[in-house]
Amino acid sequence: MEKRTILNSTHFEITLKRLASQLKENHHLFENTVLIGLQPRGIHVLQRLKKILEADLKKELTCGQLDITFYRDDFRRREQPIIPSVTNIDFIIENKNVVLIDDVLFSGRTIRSGLDALLAFGRPKKVELLAFIDRRFERHLPIQADYIGKTVDTLSSQRVSVEWTEIEGEDKVVLFTQENKNE
Amino acid sequence: MNNLSVDHLIGIKDLTKQDIQLILKTADSFKQVINRPIKKVPSLRDITIANLFFENSTRTKLSFELAEKRLSADVINFAASGSSVKKGETLIDTVNNILAMKVDLVVMRHPNPGAAKFLSERINARVVNAGDGTHEHPTQALLDAYSIREKHGDDFTGKKVVIVGDITHSRVALSNIFCLQKLGAEVMVCGPTTLIPKYIGELGVKVEHNLRKALEWCDVANMLRIQLERQDIQYFPTLREYTMLFGLDKKLLDSLDKKITIMHPGPINRGVEITSDVADSDQSIILQQVENGVAVRMAIIYLLASKIERN
Repeated sequence: MEKRTILNSTHFEITLKRLASQLKENHHLFENTVLIGLQPRGIHVLQRLKKILEADLKKELTCGQLDITFYRDDFRRREQPIIPSVTNIDFIIENKNVVLIDDVLFSGRTIRSGLDALLAFGRPKKVELLAFIDRRFERHLPIQADYIGKTVDTLSSQRVSVEWTEIEGEDKVVLFTQENKNE
Repeated sequence: MNNLSVDHLIGIKDLTKQDIQLILKTADSFKQVINRPIKKVPSLRDITIANLFFENSTRTKLSFELAEKRLSADVINFAASGSSVKKGETLIDTVNNILAMKVDLVVMRHPNPGAAKFLSERINARVVNAGDGTHEHPTQALLDAYSIREKHGDDFTGKKVVIVGDITHSRVALSNIFCLQKLGAEVMVCGPTTLIPKYIGELGVKVEHNLRKALEWCDVANMLRIQLERQDIQYFPTLREYTMLFGLDKKLLDSLDKKITIMHPGPINRGVEITSDVADSDQSIILQQVENGVAVRMAIIYLLASKIERN
């Protein structure tokens, strides 16, 4: 397995700050906006952005965590069922601007499930999507992100992993490539 | 491990500790779901479930039906009264006729012990036992364990649970004993000698005939109903005498030096096994049990349905 860092910790930080600025540009003081991270790994993007924005705006933002396991379209098509994570949305999103946040946008199926899952909490005024990494050309559904940290061109056999200081020890994005034995 | 080790839920006896923990953990997520404004998820939208009740039930039937509907499954209900069972149709024929309508999962309550196992060996659908005679009632035991876990925490090691009442005729008692022991709790049964099976000690449970001593020992007391409909002979002189010796009232509860948790699988005979003030006290988690029943049944059906092959 070949491993290549495509975003190091310096650029990682810059990217997060840019995303936070873009959010601020569109949502001003976040008065009618809520940020919702998708479980499991979109939560980390959410927490970092929340930290940057709250320090900047000097106010607390409304944030939630959404688990989409029960809304997936591959139930009974997998070997093993996925064990759900926690959903933590203790507010109603009726008429709110919602920013869905995930680490990697790939096939778009997670986001489709997320949109479905979101309906259980009310009818939002508008839903936007923030993806820290966008693997374009790999989409199965007509879904695009409104805010993108970094766009990468990848093969479907490759894997992109967003790693965090809190968990893996370092902020970085790594691209894994399966070695081709025929070459 | 994300998968159950069994294809059907016949009894707790067949489950591993990991299976039970997986069900309880999954139920946590479903408990969140049923407390949302929209209490429904689309997971089982291509699954059809038949609820076959060959014996009366209110709570279990409603709970299963609600759980199935909250998972978006299609549900058909069958009750033995008013059906062709009365015309002499066998169990297998009845069920095969229902399965011919393309049913993926069967939830069955039956008066004969072993009926669920019998069915699971002969039909091409997943089977969930909703009570088979005096044998097992696995979903009740799992929701009881879930309710205890909610109140007393994840670790069952050293938790002391007493089951009081008619142990001989109770499928709830047997399933509870298996479930709690697998999770690491200590179990005691308490009741008149005539209602405690002779060899129950071999299951590793303690036996006590004095209610006060049992309550002083335990952290949780599960008060069972006296099942007069299953008692073919008289096991105790009068209900009044039973209540005097094994009924739990507020005075007895308050005289204990600790606050124990009171459970009851329902339906309650108020004034027989427990008085109204005990059933409605803050130590009772009887209504939580009912709420948790839906979440736990959703978890069981979800996990079993994930094993149904797609055609």
